[in-house]
Amino acid sequence: MSKTITIRKGLDIKLLGEAEKVKSGVEFADNFVIRTTDFHGLIPKLTVKAGDQVKAGSTIFLDKGRPEIRFASPVAGEITDIVRGEKRKILQINIKATAENAYEDFGVKDPSKLSKDEVKQQLLASGAWPFIKMRPIDIIANPADEPKAIFVSAFDSSPLAPDYDFIMHGEGAAFQAGITALSKLTSGKVHLTLNGNTTADVAFSNAKDCQINKINGKHPAGNVGTQIHHIDPINKGQVVWTVNAQDVAIIGRVFLTGKFQAERVIALAGSEVKNPKYYKMTIGSSLKKLLTGTINEGKVRIISGNVLTGDKITADSHIGYYHNQVTVIPEGDEPKFLITKGWMGPGLGKFSINRSYFSWLMPGKKYALDTNLNGERRNFVVTGELEKVFPFDIYPMQLIKSVMYKDLDLMEKLGIYEVAPEDFALCEFVCTSKIDIQDVIRKGLDEVYTECM
Amino acid sequence: MKAIEKMMRKMEPDHHGKWAKFHPVWDGFFTFLFTPGETTNKGAHIRDGIDLKRTMFMVIVALLPCLLFGIYNTGHWHYVAEKGDLNLPYWDMFGDKVIYGLIKVLPLVIVSYAVGLGVEFVFCIKNQHAIQEGYLVTGMLIPLIVPADVPLWMVAIAVVFAVVLAKEVFGGTGMNVVNVALTARAFLFFSYPTMMSGDKIWMSGLQNVASTPDGFSGATPLGELASMATNEPVHASIDAFQAKWTLMDSMIGSIPGSVGETSFIAIMIGAAFLLYTGIASWKVMFSFFAGGLAIGYLLNGVAVNPYLELDPIHHLMLGGFAFGAVFMVTDPVTAAQTSSGKYIYGFLAGAMAIVIRVLNPAFPEGVMMAILLLNVLAPLIDHYVIQSNIKRRMKRLKTVAQ
Repeated sequence: MSKTITIRKGLDIKLLGEAEKVKSGVEFADNFVIRTTDFHGLIPKLTVKAGDQVKAGSTIFLDKGRPEIRFASPVAGEITDIVRGEKRKILQINIKATAENAYEDFGVKDPSKLSKDEVKQQLLASGAWPFIKMRPIDIIANPADEPKAIFVSAFDSSPLAPDYDFIMHGEGAAFQAGITALSKLTSGKVHLTLNGNTTADVAFSNAKDCQINKINGKHPAGNVGTQIHHIDPINKGQVVWTVNAQDVAIIGRVFLTGKFQAERVIALAGSEVKNPKYYKMTIGSSLKKLLTGTINEGKVRIISGNVLTGDKITADSHIGYYHNQVTVIPEGDEPKFLITKGWMGPGLGKFSINRSYFSWLMPGKKYALDTNLNGERRNFVVTGELEKVFPFDIYPMQLIKSVMYKDLDLMEKLGIYEVAPEDFALCEFVCTSKIDIQDVIRKGLDEVYTECM
Repeated sequence: MKAIEKMMRKMEPDHHGKWAKFHPVWDGFFTFLFTPGETTNKGAHIRDGIDLKRTMFMVIVALLPCLLFGIYNTGHWHYVAEKGDLNLPYWDMFGDKVIYGLIKVLPLVIVSYAVGLGVEFVFCIKNQHAIQEGYLVTGMLIPLIVPADVPLWMVAIAVVFAVVLAKEVFGGTGMNVVNVALTARAFLFFSYPTMMSGDKIWMSGLQNVASTPDGFSGATPLGELASMATNEPVHASIDAFQAKWTLMDSMIGSIPGSVGETSFIAIMIGAAFLLYTGIASWKVMFSFFAGGLAIGYLLNGVAVNPYLELDPIHHLMLGGFAFGAVFMVTDPVTAAQTSSGKYIYGFLAGAMAIVIRVLNPAFPEGVMMAILLLNVLAPLIDHYVIQSNIKRRMKRLKTVAQ
């Protein structure tokens, strides 16, 4: 049964620099990087060494704890370098791509005719498995688990997020193949949740082998965590898997073509981007050429991902494994004098959920927010603000506090199994005391993982 | 701005130098003048424009109408006492009253801030913590909830007591169990009862007036009401009381009382500001009034003495009830933190305030005691609210298991 959900809590942060709906090409960059730090909690075990030749889809490293999970090279080329950090921890694998892409052949298969194990084998062998993440804990799914459902969100509601209806237009076949493949992996349903406020692209609305739900409301309506909570919440001992919509299409292509084609359309957005638009790009691709000349001079923050959950990167860095957008916003490292731009000022350029700054007079205004903390870290003082943007039947502040004092029993009771750090991104945004809430939740999940699972 | 920043940077103590210990003090001043350039590092890259300084600043702005009105009202009752004339027109001698009020109230504000912030600085140096903003509001609340005649040294001692024992020993701003300003008020009330209750203190300078005409009382309306539950009532009936102290007097605030608590209108301006900006919780505020009204009507029904017959609406406008509802009970640190807990907390506090008022003649005013009591009970209320959430989750798990 399809479900329609309306959430009343949440917040849409209106930012300048939304990507124009134009798909643009970018000059081929032969420099690719896979960062092992993109996969939380992973200890990589290399299967290649510097100088090896690889094809797109060749395994380059494994998860040491779960060696059946393989990570594939997104392109054909040569492994040029393996960058290590402290204690020789592998940080990233550099690949120099050849101009002509060559693919490993995993064989064209019809997912609807495969068994569960065959689907699993295809995904694990091709390196497409890491696209599947699990809740609780928010790490790569465990192939041995039996998920009670798989959730795919058909839209991203975060600030300046790419429009999936635009990106996925014409990708219906690959998306459908991916959904069919996923449906084999669970005894329950695949839930595809559409934005109730807009008309979804046919790639989504015509999808089969899944239950199509709708959700209305502000961000985080597009977060898969919100959708899980309202459609089929996770209880202790249960596992739910989630996959990003674009990654479903990559999975689908593994079956349709037998190749690991790790290509995505990403949005380059943000107030410091000159002509924000969409680009076609392979996972791990260098952003150097893309960002040359397209962003404003001066101090800027480049984020792989969105402004609420993304990673801070440099201009010559690479797009992250899971990211569908690159956002560029001003850096805010200048002190602000109290009565002009500081805490006593009118605050016309400051966005706030309450009306303590005069910016409330301009409800439709789009902001060029910078990375300033806008204050200092404090103890929790204000109550009730996190609840305004947290559409879960969970007490956010109490859960955060239980993580801070490491009470595993209480974390469990208060619902740690249902959340991922990204669900708390808005809480972190609105927090008057400027506490890094996502980081706290991440630590709590790690604690639960090592102690209870 | 650059010049000021440069000057401040010049004065910044070296982290390893002789004055390193005073870095938190410098930091306190610097972050007062400049929102620091500290940027986000992980998690959300952008943050809401509000910080604790802005929040506290908003509360201070909301308190300004009460402060200004309190200054004038202090002046008015001083001249009433001096002339021995209860019928002195309220808006006559405007300038004189303002000047007298300023002379009385400003020192209270200055002492409260100087002593309180001094204690905060000492603790910040000792613990090497950043200076937190909690005292900005507390420092303004304390002068508004004491009689204007209270000696400054008493205020100083009360502030030290409250800041140290109600706040710093628990870990500073955000960690306190009971409201700091009310702790200071309670300390004064119990340590120096002669200065904080009775008939002589509510009209500034009345103690120095050699003789007052017959029938002249310096009591607050609440003090006169409290006497009606005893054998020596000031008024024979509630009508006589309301003839002297009308509802309109309470609305405007032209009644004797603590500096900032008398004017219902001034308090409501502050309340509207706090609610509109979203700084204070309307749930607590609303349920505090609801609790007061509910118990007020209940007492009307069972009135055994004239006091119990007082109109509940009038009740809410007397004494510190409205002030407590808007500025005290809403303190987010000491109030209940859960959404439904806030309703229960506010309601019980409002009800308790009226109960203490009418049923205990030893305390003409019950708001302070009621809020302190509920501060202590707030974690318990939260506990039960959270337990119900936990039970809901457990139940869901059980239905799945079946």
